[in-house]
Amino acid sequence: MEKRVTFRGWRLPLILILPQAIITAVFFFWPAGQAIYQSAFIPDPFGLKSQFVGLGNFEYLFSDPYYLASFRTTAVFSILVTVVSMSVALWLALMADRIIKGTGTYRTLLIWPYAVAPAVAGVLWLFIFNPNVGIASWYLDQLGYDWNHKLNSGQAMGLVVLASSWGRISYNFLFFLAGLQAVPRSVIEAAAIDGAHFWKRFRTIIFPLLSPTTFFLLVVNVVYSFFETFGVIHTITSGGPQQATTILVYKVYADGFVGQDLGSSAAQSVVLLVVVGILTVVQFKFIERRVHY
Amino acid sequence: MNKTLLGAVLACSIGSAALPASAATEIQWWHAFTGRLGDLLAEQIEKFNASQSDFVVVGTHKGNYSETLNAGIAAFRAGEQPHILMVFEVGTATMMAAKGAIKPVYEVMKEGGATFNADAYLAPVKGYYTTPDGEMLSLPYNSSTPVLYVNRDALTEAGLDPDMDLSTWEQVDEALGKIKEAGSDCPLTTAWQSWVHLENFSAYHDLPFATKDNGFTGLDTELAFNAPLQVAHIQAMGEWARDGKFLYAGRRNEGGANFRAGDCAFFTESSAGYAGVKAEASFEFEIRPLPYWSTVKGAPQNTIIGGSSLWVLSGHDAEEYKGVSQFLSFLSSSDIQAKWHQDTGYLPITTEAYEQTKAEGFYDKNPGTDIAILQMTSKPTTANSKGLRLGSFDQIRGIIDEELEAVWTGDKDAQEALDSAVARGNQLLRRFEQANR
Repeated sequence: MEKRVTFRGWRLPLILILPQAIITAVFFFWPAGQAIYQSAFIPDPFGLKSQFVGLGNFEYLFSDPYYLASFRTTAVFSILVTVVSMSVALWLALMADRIIKGTGTYRTLLIWPYAVAPAVAGVLWLFIFNPNVGIASWYLDQLGYDWNHKLNSGQAMGLVVLASSWGRISYNFLFFLAGLQAVPRSVIEAAAIDGAHFWKRFRTIIFPLLSPTTFFLLVVNVVYSFFETFGVIHTITSGGPQQATTILVYKVYADGFVGQDLGSSAAQSVVLLVVVGILTVVQFKFIERRVHY
Repeated sequence: MNKTLLGAVLACSIGSAALPASAATEIQWWHAFTGRLGDLLAEQIEKFNASQSDFVVVGTHKGNYSETLNAGIAAFRAGEQPHILMVFEVGTATMMAAKGAIKPVYEVMKEGGATFNADAYLAPVKGYYTTPDGEMLSLPYNSSTPVLYVNRDALTEAGLDPDMDLSTWEQVDEALGKIKEAGSDCPLTTAWQSWVHLENFSAYHDLPFATKDNGFTGLDTELAFNAPLQVAHIQAMGEWARDGKFLYAGRRNEGGANFRAGDCAFFTESSAGYAGVKAEASFEFEIRPLPYWSTVKGAPQNTIIGGSSLWVLSGHDAEEYKGVSQFLSFLSSSDIQAKWHQDTGYLPITTEAYEQTKAEGFYDKNPGTDIAILQMTSKPTTANSKGLRLGSFDQIRGIIDEELEAVWTGDKDAQEALDSAVARGNQLLRRFEQANR
C-alpha cells in the first residue's frame, strides 16, 4: 500500500520545492548548459575570441587514441576502487560487529581516514611509496622487488587505487556497520540454532538484508571514483606514466586548465556527463531489481 | 533627510577608497617562487618600495609556474588580473598570441618614461621574448641553461681522472661504462629531460626542434625533433637506461636529490641548480659545459634558456602602468641583476650584470658559475638556437615526457617514441593555430 500526501493548491508545494530547484538550476543546469554550449567552440585561453567548430571538438576527441584509452583506464580504475573499498569495508564491518570489547576504539580508528582529504591522502601514500626515499619502496627493494611507479604503469595504477580506496573504506565501513546493526538479531540467532555456520548465515541472511546499503554504496562509490579521486591522481601520478592513470575527469582538468584547451575540455565534460548518466540509469534499472528493501 | 545621509555615506566611502590611492598606487605582481627564491624576490620588492613613495608593489605567490599562468588567465577572464604576471618560457607563445590581454613591455616603458634599454640584455635571453623586429614583449626575469654537474669523487672511485675531458657524449659514454663497472647504481641522471635532451640538444647541435624557425615565424609550425641525430641521442640514452648507466628519476628535477646525496656521477640540470648542490653536496663537484656529439659538424652551437619573464597585463590605469614601468626598470638595473645572478645561479641576464659580477671576482671564487653564460653566448645564435615559440607547449612537453619514459622502460625504441611525440604534439599545435587564427 502506498502512502500519499496531497497538498491543496499548488502554492505551498512550489514554495517548498523552490530552494532545491534553484540550487539545481544554478549549480547544475546552468554550468551543464554552458559546457554544452562551449563544446561547440575553440576559444583562446583568455576568452578574447573563439571559433565555432560545431561537433569538431568531439571529432577531435574520438580520433585521439589516448582519449579512448582513458575510457578503459577509467573503467579499470573505478571497478578496482569500488571493489577494493567495498569488500574490505564489508569485511571490517563484519569483524567490528562481532567484537565485544573496545568497540568504540576500533570503530573510531577505522573511520578516521575518512577525515583525510584526497589530496593529503595522495601525498601520504606518495611519501610511503616514493621510489627514492619511500619506506615501502625501500622494503620492497630489500625483498628484491624494483618499485618505480613513475615508470611502471601497473604499479602506478595499483598505488592510486590503494590511495583512493583507503579513505573510502572508512566511509563504506560506516554504512555497512549501520546496515549490519539493522539486521534483526532474532533471525540470525534462529539460523544459528538451526545449525547454519557463519558463512552460510552471511550468504543467505545478512548479505541479502544488506543489499539496500550495498546498492547505495555501489552508486556512490562509482561516482566517487569517477570524480572525487582527482586529488589522489593529481598528487601521486599526475596521470602518468604514459597516461596510464589518466582517468576521464583528470583529462578534463589536464586539457582545460593545464593545456588551456577549453573547447576540448568542455566537450569532454559533456561526454563525462553522458557516461555517468548512463551508468546511473543502468544501475537503477538492472541492479536495483535485485535489492530487497 | 534620508537622501543626505546616503550622500554622506557615499562621499565617505569614495573618500576612504581614494585615500590610499593618492598615498601610493598599488601594483600587483603574481609569481611562482617560494622558499629561498621567494625570499630573494620579496627582498627585491622591499627594496623598490623603500626607494620611492608613489607606488607599492605587492607580490603574491600563486603556485608553481603552470598554476601561476592559469591563475593569471582565470583572473583576466574575471576582470581581476594583476598588473604583472610571471610566466615561464613555455607559456611565451600563449601570451604572445593573446594580443588583447597583454601590454607589451616596450610600450609600457615608452609610455611610463622609465629608463630602459632592451639591448642591454644578452642576445639569447632577449631573443626569446622579442618580436621578430626586435620589440621586447616581456621582461626577462630568471633565466638558466642546462649544464653538466660532475661528482669528482665518483670519478676518482671508478679509477678515472676527475679532470678528464668530458666535452663530448662519446667521452661521457666511455666514462659511464667505467663507472658502472666500478659498481655505481647511478652513473648518470637528469632533470627536465625534454628541455635538456631534446630542446637544448637540438639548439646545441644547430638542428631545428620545429619548423618555421622553431615557431618564431608562424603559427603553422610543425615539430621536427624526430630527425636522425635526436633519435640517435635518445636511443643512446635508452641503451644507457637499459644497461643501468642512466637512472631516470622523474620529469622535473627529482634527480637532484640522488645527485646531491652523492649517488650519481653525472647530472644534467639547469645552471640554477648550483645553489642547491653547493649547499648540500658533501663531495667534490664541478660544473662542465653540456656535452655534444663530436660527429656533428659545427657543434657545439649555443644552448637556449629556460626560466620565466614578466608580462604586463592590459586593463589598468595609465598611472598604474607608470608604476609598473618604474618597477621593471628597477628590476633590470645591473645591481639587482648581479645580486640575483650571484645568489641564485640564474644567468646574469644583462651584459652589465655579467661584467659587474666578473669585476667583483665572483667567478674566481666560485669556479664554474660562468660556464652557463659562456656556453650560451660563445657563438651568435642561429634560427635553430634562438629559442622555441610553440603554442600548448606545456602539454607538448608532457607528451614528450611520456614518450621518453616509454624509451627508458624499453617499451618503445627511440624512433617510434619520437615519431609518436611529434605526431601527437602537431595535433596540439594545429588546435592552438585554430584557436588563435
